[in-house]
Amino acid sequence: MESDEAAEHRVRTMVLEAFADTIIPGEKRGPDDAAIAGVDVGGGAVAGGAIELLEDPAGGLAPALDTICVELDEYAREHAAATGLDLDPDLPPFVGLPFEARTALVEKLTSPDHPDKQMWVGLALFCNMAFDSAPHMHTVDALASGHPGLLAMGYESPEPDGLWRFPTFSYGRQLADPHPSTTATGSPA
Amino acid sequence: MTTTESTDVLVIGSGFGGAIAAYHLAAGGAQVKVFERGPWLKADDFEHDFKLGASYTRVFDFVIGDGMSVLGGNCVGGGSVVYFATMPRAPRFVFERHGSIGRRMWPAAISRDTLEPWYDRVAEALPVTQQTWDRVPYAGGLFAAACHHAGRTANPAPSAIDVDMCTNCNWMMAGCRFDAKRSLLLNYLPAALAHGAEIRPLHEVQHLVRNADGSYRVHYRVVDEEDYRILHGEGTIDAKIVVLAAGAGATPVILQRSEPHLGRMPHAVGRYFSGNGERLNTAVFDEDRVREVLKLSRPDGRAYEAYQIGRGPTVASWDRLDGALPEFERYSLEQLYFPPALGTILAQVPDASPSWFGREKKEMLRRWQSWLTIFTMSEDDNEGVFGPPPETGNAHRFSQQMLGHGPLRYRPTENTRRGWSLADADVKDILERDGLSRVMPWTNDLVGAYTVHPLASCRIGDDPATSALDDRHELRGHPGIFVTDGSAVPGALTVNPASTIAALAERAMPGIVRAARDRGVAVTYGAPSPDGETAGRRAVAHLRS
Ligand SMILES: Cc1cc2nc3c(=O)[nH]c(=O)nc-3n(C[C@H](O)[C@H](O)[C@H](O)COP(=O)(O)OP(=O)(O)OC[C@H]3O[C@@H](n4cnc5c(N)ncnc54)[C@H](O)[C@@H]3O)c2cc1C
Repeated sequence: MESDEAAEHRVRTMVLEAFADTIIPGEKRGPDDAAIAGVDVGGGAVAGGAIELLEDPAGGLAPALDTICVELDEYAREHAAATGLDLDPDLPPFVGLPFEARTALVEKLTSPDHPDKQMWVGLALFCNMAFDSAPHMHTVDALASGHPGLLAMGYESPEPDGLWRFPTFSYGRQLADPHPSTTATGSPA
Repeated sequence: MTTTESTDVLVIGSGFGGAIAAYHLAAGGAQVKVFERGPWLKADDFEHDFKLGASYTRVFDFVIGDGMSVLGGNCVGGGSVVYFATMPRAPRFVFERHGSIGRRMWPAAISRDTLEPWYDRVAEALPVTQQTWDRVPYAGGLFAAACHHAGRTANPAPSAIDVDMCTNCNWMMAGCRFDAKRSLLLNYLPAALAHGAEIRPLHEVQHLVRNADGSYRVHYRVVDEEDYRILHGEGTIDAKIVVLAAGAGATPVILQRSEPHLGRMPHAVGRYFSGNGERLNTAVFDEDRVREVLKLSRPDGRAYEAYQIGRGPTVASWDRLDGALPEFERYSLEQLYFPPALGTILAQVPDASPSWFGREKKEMLRRWQSWLTIFTMSEDDNEGVFGPPPETGNAHRFSQQMLGHGPLRYRPTENTRRGWSLADADVKDILERDGLSRVMPWTNDLVGAYTVHPLASCRIGDDPATSALDDRHELRGHPGIFVTDGSAVPGALTVNPASTIAALAERAMPGIVRAARDRGVAVTYGAPSPDGETAGRRAVAHLRS
């Protein structure tokens, strides 16, 4: 039997995953995957490690995650009621929303006039970061283990010592005329 | 009961304003201590790693305000450790700006001509060098070629990078691992140490109190090395002269917090903040068009796909830096690299809804290597105002490192918006020609505007109503307190500011040395360049009095 605490954590994770998947969508992990909407191919923010990052005490959002999920579900219920959507009673309300409705809700929560905008933008920022920079991992390890975000972006790998160097970096020729009144020091006049 | 130490000079902050003051005062014979809230790292500590807790988050500071987020350095060396080292001098017209105050913003004593010898000193000290086309990274080359195609000019911008040592890794925001970037860790600060100055990292100054003898008692807290949210012991130190150089996002906050102890602050403390009119646009290039229209290709056959390669901004277009144009309509455009995370969330997908997240944003990220970011530096309207200071520091620290919420409020005026929209249109015109790319500005809806160039929150000027400092950088009504950082700059510069911040700090030094002598400190002015060069010193010798 799953303990209450474990069940709550599982629900919270689903809600956070659904939010992360709205920011950078990815493909479902299996046929029963309700959190990930599955509107895109390849890994998205969830596969990128959004939950690990959000739960990392260094980030600062971890203590707020319980409240965030309660509120997200509350907003989802309201949104469903206002737009006439039926929610699956077996799923947390935000997870029950289809992708388009999740998207519309996130747009509303992060809009300039929303009172808690800063929190929702923070949440979105961390989800985005999980995908595009994996700050919960050493970057070298993230690349070596095929991190979906860095890979999708074509982020180049380092040299064997773990440092980046690009010995070939320039077209090597003049490609524009300098401003005619540039001074002797190379500055604008 | 703790005892209070004392020193001749206390310097708060170790960026451009702090390092230059520490060097000249120590070299002249004064006892100097530098308190810096961030850690003290050097080349070997600068990691190529996005992981939270790596050098990138330790040395970087990102304060989210109401309508304006400020990015800066948080370490010994300040912004010079994280900066891109592009070092142009400000154009002549900048010094003649009126802004919205109906008179010249800059002190009568300062113009481009009078500042030139001080710029020369900075160029000699770092050093700053001109860049050549054959070493311009692909992204700069692409911007130059697009400018040329659109009938515009473009320049390789002067820089404080030793290009021979540079690996074009584009990790410079995490600190330069290869010491190719000429940060203050390589010139003014070691020279100050050699003359006996003492630098104390992880010392965050909170407020100042005036002593009966006219000296100042500086109150500080010690910041935890790993979790900056935790402050350890507190202490005090007495100083005959205080040089405040905590950066334009922090200096006014320290003064505001000190007001109950020091007495009334000049009106301009914490007002007139400028974000240097910054704005970013991100273009996604069509690789085929780059090849066909601009005739560009790399040795491996790719046309571009090189966003990751390089050293921040290298090429700028100065066509709109024309003094004949109306104020608020002049700006420079500079090619830029911003690493993922900070540099991707605000980038928008042209014509998509939603524009900054979702399916289409992911598609845009898949083309990340074909991105080009263009940085606008325009004339904003000094519209930033600091609200009541947070309990400590200049922000409520939210993450272990890097992220916090601060009291700055910024509502861009019509003037500022006009400059931005002209620049946006210009960028679009240049970069979208003949289907080269699609481009959109970064959104201001999420964290407001943003700046890596905070300025003017405690500015110099001739008019006491609109400036906090006189033209010698002394805080009006509070003798012995000097401000030498970016907050002293009167307004937006239309180009990267560090050169000008540093030149102003150099210019202020003879006066600060004199003030120190008047307060009984045995100190003289006249140090050579940090590495011993003397051309710059000779050139300003007659300007000392
Ligand atoms: C990513 C990035 C790229 C940049 N690139 C360029 C560029 O290419 N060219 C350019 O001209 N400029 C650039 N800049 C801007 C440049 O770094 C700043 O303009 C410059 O460093 C400002 O100098 P300063 O002396 O005003 O303050 P800073 O250099 O910011 O120094 C202030 C110091 O004070 C410390 N401090 C703050 N509060 C306290 C306190 N309470 N007690 C003790 N210490 C405190 C800070 O930690 C910091 O080290 C860049 C900035 C960033 C963030």
